[in-house]
Amino acid sequence: MTEVLSAPLVVEFPFTRSLGPVQSAFLTGLRERAVLGVRTADGKVLVPPVEYDPRTAEELRDLVEVATTGTVTTWAWNPDPRRGQPLGSPFAWVLVRLDGADTSLLHALDAPGPDAVRTGMRVRVRWAAERTGAITDIACFEPYEEGEPVVHQVTPHSGEFAGEAAVTGIVAAARLDYTYSPGRAQSQYIRALSGRRTVGERCPSCRKVYVPPRGACPTCGVATDEQVEVGPRGTVTTFCVVNIKAKNLDIEVPYVYAHIALDGADLALHGRIGGIPYDQVRMGLRVEPVWTDGGRYPDHYRPTGEPDADYDTYKELV
Amino acid sequence: MAEYAGPGTRDVAIVAFGQTDHRRTSDEFSEVEMLMPVLHEVLAATGLKTSDIGFTCSGSSDYLAGRAFSFTMALDGVGAWPPISESHVEMDGAWALYEAWVKLQTGEADTALVYSYGKSSPGSVRDVLTRQLDPYYVAPLWPDSVALAALQAQALIDAGDTDEPALAGIAARSRNAARGNSHAQLGGSVPQGDYVVRPLRTGDCPPIGDGAAAVVLAAGERARELCERPAWIRGIDHRIEPHGLGVRDLTDSPSTRLAAERAGAFAGPVDTAELHAPFTSQEVVLRKALRLGDDVTVNPSGGALAANPVMAAGLIRLGEAAARVHRGASDRALAHATSGPCLQQNLVAVLEGDPR
Repeated sequence: MTEVLSAPLVVEFPFTRSLGPVQSAFLTGLRERAVLGVRTADGKVLVPPVEYDPRTAEELRDLVEVATTGTVTTWAWNPDPRRGQPLGSPFAWVLVRLDGADTSLLHALDAPGPDAVRTGMRVRVRWAAERTGAITDIACFEPYEEGEPVVHQVTPHSGEFAGEAAVTGIVAAARLDYTYSPGRAQSQYIRALSGRRTVGERCPSCRKVYVPPRGACPTCGVATDEQVEVGPRGTVTTFCVVNIKAKNLDIEVPYVYAHIALDGADLALHGRIGGIPYDQVRMGLRVEPVWTDGGRYPDHYRPTGEPDADYDTYKELV
Repeated sequence: MAEYAGPGTRDVAIVAFGQTDHRRTSDEFSEVEMLMPVLHEVLAATGLKTSDIGFTCSGSSDYLAGRAFSFTMALDGVGAWPPISESHVEMDGAWALYEAWVKLQTGEADTALVYSYGKSSPGSVRDVLTRQLDPYYVAPLWPDSVALAALQAQALIDAGDTDEPALAGIAARSRNAARGNSHAQLGGSVPQGDYVVRPLRTGDCPPIGDGAAAVVLAAGERARELCERPAWIRGIDHRIEPHGLGVRDLTDSPSTRLAAERAGAFAGPVDTAELHAPFTSQEVVLRKALRLGDDVTVNPSGGALAANPVMAAGLIRLGEAAARVHRGASDRALAHATSGPCLQQNLVAVLEGDPR
C-alpha cells in the first residue's frame, strides 16, 4: 500500500442570516433580558417561538412574554464539554419548559454534578453579561430550587423594545477541523510533484491518461492504476485573460490563465502563463513549467520557443 | 418504458445490494476510490453496465470529509460520460433510493443505480452534525449528536420505557448479531464503557467510521430478469417531525408510525426489521412506533450500532433487508432509515419476496 498524504484542513464559514419578525422579537428580547413566546391558534405558547405553527403551518404573530424560570423536562450530563458549547466545565444539557410555555427550550444547566440534576427540577435563566441578540444571550440555566412551580400568566407583548434597534439578523460563525487525506491516486500525484515530475494515471479500458489523476476514469467508471509520467512540456489548448486582481495573490494583472495539455496527457490541467506578453498567448502555444525554489507545484508555464502545435494534435483536448 | 399510471402502481424491486467493509479510517482511499468497488459489485451482480442504467441517484454530505462538491467526484466512479440521467441528495442514500423509486414510478426509467457513502474519519462527526441543526436557536450552542440522543434516552428512562440495563441489552444483541456480518465495524463482545453523555455510554453509541453502499432497482419483468428473487418494494414513505426538539415528544416517533402506515407496514406481519437506530435508545422508540413484537427479527445485520457510515447507514438498512429477501431468509421485511437529531426524519419501506 502506498503511503498516503494528509494535512490539516480548517473549514470556517460565517453565515449571515436574516430573521423573521418572530425570531427578531425573540432574540431582541433576550438582549433586553426578556423571554418571548408565540401563541398558536389553539392557545399553546411555543418557546422558543417560531414563525409558523409546526402542526398547522399557520403564520404565528401573537407574541407573549413568559417567565425566566422553568422546569427541566429532560437532561443529559456532559462530562466533557466540546468547543463552542455554552460552558467550559462539565454541565447538563437540558430541555427547559419556562413557566407559561407549553414547549421546551434547549440549553445548558450549570450544576455541580449529575446527582444535582433531575427531570422536574426548577431552574432559572442566567443572563450573559454581554448580550447581542442571540440564543447565547442566555449564558445557561442555573438551579432555582427555592422557586416553587407556579401557574404563570403570560402577558401579551408587542415584540418591540425601547433602546437599541431590533435585532434583524445573526452571524452564525462555524468552524470545523479536518485531517484531510486525498486518497491513493492524488497522494501519488502530489508526491511526484515534490520531485518536479507530473504523473498521471491511464484508464485500463479507454487508455486515456488523466492528469491530475482522481483514481477513476469518469468515462468508463473503472479504477485507473497504471502510472504514466507526462510532460514536462505541453500545449495551450485554450486560455483566458485575467483582469481582476485576486485577494492575497501577488500577481500583476492582466495575466493569462490557460488549459495546458501536457505531452502524453489526455486531459488538460490549468496554470498561469508567464514569460510572454499576455496579448501574445495563443492556442497551440508550446509551454514548459517554471519551478521556484521550494515550490510544490509549477509556479507558472512559459513558452518553449518551439513552433506552435497543429490544431489537429490537441483539438480533442479543448 | 411503461406508461405512467400513478404513484406506487408500478412494481419496483431492489435486485442487488453491495457494501464496503466499514472501518474507522480509510485514509488510503478518496471517496470515489472507496465507493467504486461497491458500484462494480452491484453492476456485476446484475450483469448491467453503466450505459444500461436508466437513472442514477446518490446521497452524501460534503461536510463529513470537508470536501466541497465531493459527489461530483464520486460520479467518476459511475462512468458519467457521455452524460447520464443523474441526481444527488444531501441526505442518507435511503432518500436517494426514494427519489429513484419515484423516477421508476414515472416510467421514465426501468432500472436505477443508487449509492451513498460517508467518510467520517477526516473530521469530528459529533461536531459536524451540529451544523444540520436550527441555525438560530440551536446550532450556536453546538449540541453534539450524542448529547441530543442522550436527552432522548433520559426522556425514555423517565417515562419508564427503558433503563440502562435494557439499553445495554440492545447494544449486546446488536454486536452479537454483527458477528455474522463480515462488513461490520464493531462485533462481538463490546464493553458498555463509560458515559459519553449520560445516560448514554460508549456501548450505546454507534462506531464512527467510513463506508459506502449501493443498490440496483428494477421495475416489473426487468427485476425478474436481473434477480432470482427480487425484493419488491410494496410500499415506501418518509415523514418528518417538527424541527424544534422541545416541541416533540421525544419518547415517540409519530413520523415513523405515519410513514409505516403509508408504506403498508401494518397491513400484515413482517418477519424481519432493519431499523436505523444509531443509538440503543432509538431502537426503543422505533419498536414502539412500529409495533414490532418479539417474533420479529430486528437488525440481524447488527444495525447502525455495528457499522454507521453516516449517509450510507440508512440505505444499508434497505439493502440488508433486501438481501435477506434475495436469499430466502425473509418473505416480508421492514426497512427503516432516519436522518437528523433524535429520529427527526424517518423513511419506512416494506419489502417482499415472491411466494416460494
